[in-house]
Amino acid sequence: MRRKPGSPAKHQARRAAGRALAAACLVAGLLAAGPAAAERLVVVLSNHHVMITSSYTGENLVLFGSVERDPTASRHGSYDIVATVTGPREALRTRRKQRVVGIWVNVAARTFVDPPSYLAVAANRPIETITNADNRRRLQLGIANTPLPELIHNDIGEVTNDPFRAALVRLMQERGLYIEEPNAVTFLTPTLFRAAIPLPAQVPVGNYGVDVKLFADGVMIARTDSAFEIVKVGFEQFVVNAARDHGLIYGFATAMMALMTGWIASIVFRRD
Amino acid sequence: MQIYLPIADLPVNVFLLFAMGIAVGFVSGMFGIGGGFLMTPLLIFIGIQPAVAVASVTTHVAASSFSGAIAYWRRKALDGTLALTLLGGGIIGTAGGVALFTWLRALDQLDLMIGLSYVTLLCVVGALMVGEAARAIIRSRQGKPIELRRPGSHVWFHGLPLKVRFKRSKIYVSAIPVVAIGFIIGFIGAIMGIGGGFLLVPMLIYLMRVPTATVIGTSMVLTFLTMASATVLHAATNHLVDAVLALILMVGGVIGAQFGAHAGQRIRGEWLRLFLGLLVLSVGLRFASELVLRPDDLYSIRVIEGAP
Repeated sequence: MRRKPGSPAKHQARRAAGRALAAACLVAGLLAAGPAAAERLVVVLSNHHVMITSSYTGENLVLFGSVERDPTASRHGSYDIVATVTGPREALRTRRKQRVVGIWVNVAARTFVDPPSYLAVAANRPIETITNADNRRRLQLGIANTPLPELIHNDIGEVTNDPFRAALVRLMQERGLYIEEPNAVTFLTPTLFRAAIPLPAQVPVGNYGVDVKLFADGVMIARTDSAFEIVKVGFEQFVVNAARDHGLIYGFATAMMALMTGWIASIVFRRD
Repeated sequence: MQIYLPIADLPVNVFLLFAMGIAVGFVSGMFGIGGGFLMTPLLIFIGIQPAVAVASVTTHVAASSFSGAIAYWRRKALDGTLALTLLGGGIIGTAGGVALFTWLRALDQLDLMIGLSYVTLLCVVGALMVGEAARAIIRSRQGKPIELRRPGSHVWFHGLPLKVRFKRSKIYVSAIPVVAIGFIIGFIGAIMGIGGGFLLVPMLIYLMRVPTATVIGTSMVLTFLTMASATVLHAATNHLVDAVLALILMVGGVIGAQFGAHAGQRIRGEWLRLFLGLLVLSVGLRFASELVLRPDDLYSIRVIEGAP
């Protein structure tokens, strides 16, 4: 459910003024914080509303970013960027087949509690070379460090070295829904970068979060986030809504469509 | 040209779907069947979820069998009373089938159930058809007349109460086995996404002694009625009918069926039955190999519905 911005103009103006004030305070605060505040990270997405139309076959989302250098800090190393895109969460079951009386049947299954339906990790070089294992785990960098909790006897927890977790990641990677690209981020200048995030045709609709982390010398020095949304629009949206909310009417309409097609065909191809 | 299917949630090539519609339509026109048992596996093969494939194919079969039924109706080659009696059982069977379908989907075992029913049904029916057709061919080679109606044979269920005279088919039998046949066809059709024409025709010929003249037309009437109601029921309960997918398939299907019907008229009946039997059997064996051979990937994932 999305809230519609239906508030009157006066209210909006007041809100905008409030926002400007908050931004001013933030900037002032940053300035006041002095050298400790260090670099700032600004990112912008090429598209905040990815629309699924009848011709949708996937899209490449582009993320542009800029690092605002801190004039007081002197860094010799270059910057590193790790961008993580997380799709809407949905419960998944990973099932394993086993031979039962000669046929292959799903026997064992694990339920994963709300893993992301889409997960893309883009960086400018392999994550292992950006920062140490400790930081990677703490900051949940990369698919391997992303928690994918499972339901175990009414309890929720991470299972290490779990073949079901490995299968989940592998199958999602095969579908192009889990992506780890160590060279998807390109620095155009030492402070300006761009990242390409592939959204395959099967991307689930919903809200996506983008989390961008800036590293220098193996330490995270800035972090920012953004978001975008994937929605079905137009005819696609109409069909989905009709099928979900008015199943019976939709069913009758579809059945009528079938009968009409059959009837037209019998007239067109009449052979007497 | 790619088109995004709104319910199946994936883009597919329109021309591929259209070609599949024409190919299956050709076969269905040739043998006078709906073709669902070929279309559903093909859709699953190109990556559409089995549940969506089954639900959408019912719509496709409704269209192709309706155009067939009109053609037979013009030639007065169908038995309306018989079709309506079959339908009585058919609708109850369809409702039961849709209910079982919903329940199995919740249990994680729908794919297995679809696979198993395809294997058993197609292998058994295919083998019976091949056997029967082969015997008929051998008999005609030896110069003996082909017997379609075994004279004097009267099976016990013909004598059950509630006898009805089906004028156009020239039979006088109890309505109970007729309703039961309708029930079975409706039930199987809803679970497997098939019209059941390839089952109904032999059942009517061999069990009910319906003459071949009216059997295909009658079967088409029943098929389009049960499949149209299955479409409505699937849409209302499982929300899995993809209208866009169904439309592309049915347009291809009705075109293909016209050419198939032409081709079918040039082939002799027993050979036609032999080919159909072999086709049914090979689809069944294909499903069997999938269940018996070790799958490439032992793992699979499924989204759990109802979760936020």
